[in-house]
Amino acid sequence: MGKVAKSPWIMHYDASSCNGCDIEVLACLTPVYDAERFGVINCGDPFQADILLITGGVNKQNAPIVKQLYDQMAEPKVVCAIGVCACTGGIFKECYNILGGVDTVIPVDVYIPGCAARPQAILDGVVKAVGIFQQKADEMDKNKKMKPAPQAAPVEEKAEEAAEPVVQAAEPVAEAAEAVEEKAVEAGKEVVAND
Amino acid sequence: MAETTAKRSIIPYGPQHPVLPEPIHLDLVLEDEKIVDVLPNVGFIHRGLEKLVQKKDFNEMMYVIERVCGICSFVHGMGYCATIEKVFDVEIPDRAKFLRTMWSEMSRIHSHMLWLGLLADAFGFESLFYQVWRSREQILNMVELHTGSRLISSVNKVGGVLKDVDDDKLKILSKTVDQIEEDMLRVQKVFFEDYSVQSRLKGIGILTPENAHALGAVGPFARASGIPLDLRMRGDNAMPYIDFEPITSNDCDCFARCYVRFMEVLQSIDIIRQCIAKMPADHTLVTPVKGNPQGEAFMRLEQPRGEVVYYAKANGTKYLERFRVRTPTFANLIPLCETLKGESFADLGLLVLSIDPCISCTER
Repeated sequence: MGKVAKSPWIMHYDASSCNGCDIEVLACLTPVYDAERFGVINCGDPFQADILLITGGVNKQNAPIVKQLYDQMAEPKVVCAIGVCACTGGIFKECYNILGGVDTVIPVDVYIPGCAARPQAILDGVVKAVGIFQQKADEMDKNKKMKPAPQAAPVEEKAEEAAEPVVQAAEPVAEAAEAVEEKAVEAGKEVVAND
Repeated sequence: MAETTAKRSIIPYGPQHPVLPEPIHLDLVLEDEKIVDVLPNVGFIHRGLEKLVQKKDFNEMMYVIERVCGICSFVHGMGYCATIEKVFDVEIPDRAKFLRTMWSEMSRIHSHMLWLGLLADAFGFESLFYQVWRSREQILNMVELHTGSRLISSVNKVGGVLKDVDDDKLKILSKTVDQIEEDMLRVQKVFFEDYSVQSRLKGIGILTPENAHALGAVGPFARASGIPLDLRMRGDNAMPYIDFEPITSNDCDCFARCYVRFMEVLQSIDIIRQCIAKMPADHTLVTPVKGNPQGEAFMRLEQPRGEVVYYAKANGTKYLERFRVRTPTFANLIPLCETLKGESFADLGLLVLSIDPCISCTER
C-alpha cells in the first residue's frame, strides 16, 4: 500500500452471498480488526464510494443491479470480489440461476478467496484495493495533465484574454495594483458566468 | 368541500440502500410520512441450491445446505443431517447429540449478538454496536477452536459429527462464556434502561398476538408477541436433558424483540454450561449408515431466527429426489408487512431489522 492522498470510501453489496462473507466484512469494520485504520470508511451510497466490496456470485435478477451500482460510482473505482462465490461462483456454480463470478458482469481488481473469507484475508484485500485505487487516481491525474479537458480549457483562455488588457492599462500606476486584481477577478467571473 | 386526503406516493426501497441490511426490495406506499402499504419483492439472492440435490449425492449435499445461510450455517447442516437420519431411521450417539446442541447454541449466541449490534447501529448508538461486536468475536474464536472455522464449520455428518472436543477445549469454552456473560450484563443496563434506546424502541412496530398467530410469525418475533413457540421444547438432540424454558414478552414492540433476543443470549450461555457439565464420557461420534436413503422425512428445528422446516424425499439412489427448506424469515415477511403498516417512514430501517431478516435463507 503506497501513499494515499485521500480516504477511499468503501461500499458493500451482497450479490447472492450466503451472508457468511457479509458478516465477515462487517466484522472487519469493528474494533477487533478495524479496517478504518487504513483510511477507509464504510458508506452506503454508490455515488460517494470508491471501493466496491461485493460478495456472492451474480444471478439473473441482481446482475443489472450490480452493473448499475458499478456505473454509478465515480472514477477512479476499484472492485473487490470477496469469497469464492464472488470469484468464480463457488459451490453454487452449477445452480441454474447463477451466472458465475462477479467478473461476468463488471471488471474485478482484487479477488479474495475463502468460504467464508476470513477477516484477515478481507483486510489484506482492502489494503491491496487501496493501493490500486491510488494507482488509478495517479494515472487519471497524469492523463489530465497531458490532455487538458476540452470544456474547461476555453473558459480559462477567455478569462486570461479579458483580464490581460486591464492589467496592461493599469501598469503605470503601481499603487492601484490591488484594485486591478479585483477588476481582473471580476472580469474573469463575468466570462465564466457568460459561458 | 371534498375531504382533504394526504398525498400518496410510492417509494422503492432496496435492494441496495444505506440503512438496509439485506438485499430485499420493498415498494412502500406512503401517505405523507406514514406507511400505508408494503409490497415485498424477493429473488435478488436466489441461487436455486435445492435443485443441486440432483447433482450432488446425499453426503456432499450437506456442504451445500450449510451454505443456505452463513450466519446459522451450523443449524442448517445439522437440520439436513437430522432429516436424512430420520429417513435412515438411525439414532446418533449421545456425545454427538450434546455436541450438536452445544454448537447450535454457540451459533445462536453469535447470531443474536450480531443482531443486537446491528440494532444498536440502526438506532444510532455506535459505541454500543462496537461493544457488542467486540464481545461477539470471543464466541467466534471458540467456534474456530472447536470446529476449525469461524462461520461455516462443516462438522456435521449424516449419522453424527466429525470432530470431537477434548476437556481442555471445553474448559476454555466455559471460561469464555463466563466472560461473554459478564460483557453482556454490562451492556444489559444500556439496552434495557437507557433513555434514548427506550424512546427509539418502545411502542414501535406493534404485532398483536392475534396477528402473530394468524400470519404465522415464528421465532423471537413471535415470542416477543407473547407466543411461547420454541422448537427446542420438542426435545431434539440433547434438549431432553437440559432445563429450558422459552423466553417471551408481552410488549409486542421492537423493545420486546430486543429483550427476547438479549435474554436468549444469556439462556444459550446457560444451555452451553449445562451441556459442558453433562457431556457424556463415551467418545463415539458417528453411527454409521449403510446404503442409500429410501423414503421421506420432515423435520422442524429452532434456528436463531425461528422455526425452520426441512423436507427430504429419497428414492433409493444416492441422489435425493427432493429437498426443501422453509426458513424463518420467509414465514416472518408477511407479519413484517403487517407490522410496517401505520408506522413512520423514519422507523423503517429499524422495523425491517427487527425480524432479523436473513434474505439468503429466504431465497436460497
